[in-house]
Amino acid sequence: MKRTLPLAMLLALGLAPTARAANEADYKAAYAAAEAAAKEAASLRHQWTTTVSTLATAKKAADGGDFDRATAAAKEAEALAKASIFQATSEKEAWKAMEIR
Amino acid sequence: MKARFSLLLGAVSAALVAFALTSPHVVAADKADPVADAKAFQNFFFQKFPNVKHEDFVNGPYSMNDDMKRQWQEKEEFPPYEFALDAGKEMFATPFKNGKTYADCFPNGGIGIRQNYPYFDEKEGKVVTLELALNRCREANGEAPYSYVKDEMASLTAYMAFTSRGKPMDIKIPDDPRALAAFENGKRYFYTRRGQMNFSCAGCHVQSPGERIRAETLAPALGILNAMPIYRSEWSGMGTTSRRFVTCNSQTRAVPLEPQADEYRDVEYFLSYVANGLPISGPGARP
Repeated sequence: MKRTLPLAMLLALGLAPTARAANEADYKAAYAAAEAAAKEAASLRHQWTTTVSTLATAKKAADGGDFDRATAAAKEAEALAKASIFQATSEKEAWKAMEIR
Repeated sequence: MKARFSLLLGAVSAALVAFALTSPHVVAADKADPVADAKAFQNFFFQKFPNVKHEDFVNGPYSMNDDMKRQWQEKEEFPPYEFALDAGKEMFATPFKNGKTYADCFPNGGIGIRQNYPYFDEKEGKVVTLELALNRCREANGEAPYSYVKDEMASLTAYMAFTSRGKPMDIKIPDDPRALAAFENGKRYFYTRRGQMNFSCAGCHVQSPGERIRAETLAPALGILNAMPIYRSEWSGMGTTSRRFVTCNSQTRAVPLEPQADEYRDVEYFLSYVANGLPISGPGARP
């Protein structure tokens, strides 16, 4: 029992940083990363509509002060943008497999 | 020892001969050859759908489904694009403020020429579509250009297509590396997957024509532009080629390009060229 209590406290303290609410700085960092990836996708002319709408969702949530939701949406937008960049890159050669010859 | 050496020499020689025989084919496959591409493209559809008459591919989903075809034939007695045709005819004949008309901008007064569009303009070094040529005509005569995705452009192209009905598509690729590059770029665009749905144009219109995607029957890519512009019941109105490309992109969750972007002009060039010989059937009507 004596040993369990400090261990439980240690565990709680260890989890605490991941459970804390996102703040404006978190959102700004996540949004900047998402925006940069989205810009790259657009320059490749492979932007997805869902990247654009998810970025808009992030901004709207941040404007309303909900930084948890805003940060999560920005991270999702970044993931979508990165997936579209991967698509653009892989399709540079992959399209040939579809070609009728 | 001598036998092993002879065996090794034989194997190396055989490998070299095999390499020499196969390498020209590899080079040939990568070299742009629009004539071979068009032949392969048409053969693919002719073999996939041996019961469809070749000239019927331009009727899109109706060539794939007998029930739909019968409904469409009945609808053609009072076609839904008729109002656009009348409007287009009137617009075409109405002089601009400077007294000139569209007829002054086109060969043969713009009548019966749809089958020659798009063409490669060697002066500009780019593909010129009919929609683009119409807006350039307007601008050259002091008029504001029309939207590429709205009714006015659809009406004008509907009338021009109607005067060309039955004429075989006749797209030329001049002896100009830029024209060949435009064709290749259009081909690449056609086969490239895009959007969150990871679809290419070919994913629907080569791999799955005749199949349903939700409630719609997919049209074959062969001759798909011969019927443009189209009245779509889904849109409750007319749609230009530009509108079709933009909508296709959106449906795959890809951000569409601006109408008449180089890529769209090039894909129109590619799709029209591979449909050479098939009749113009526009304006069309689709569910």
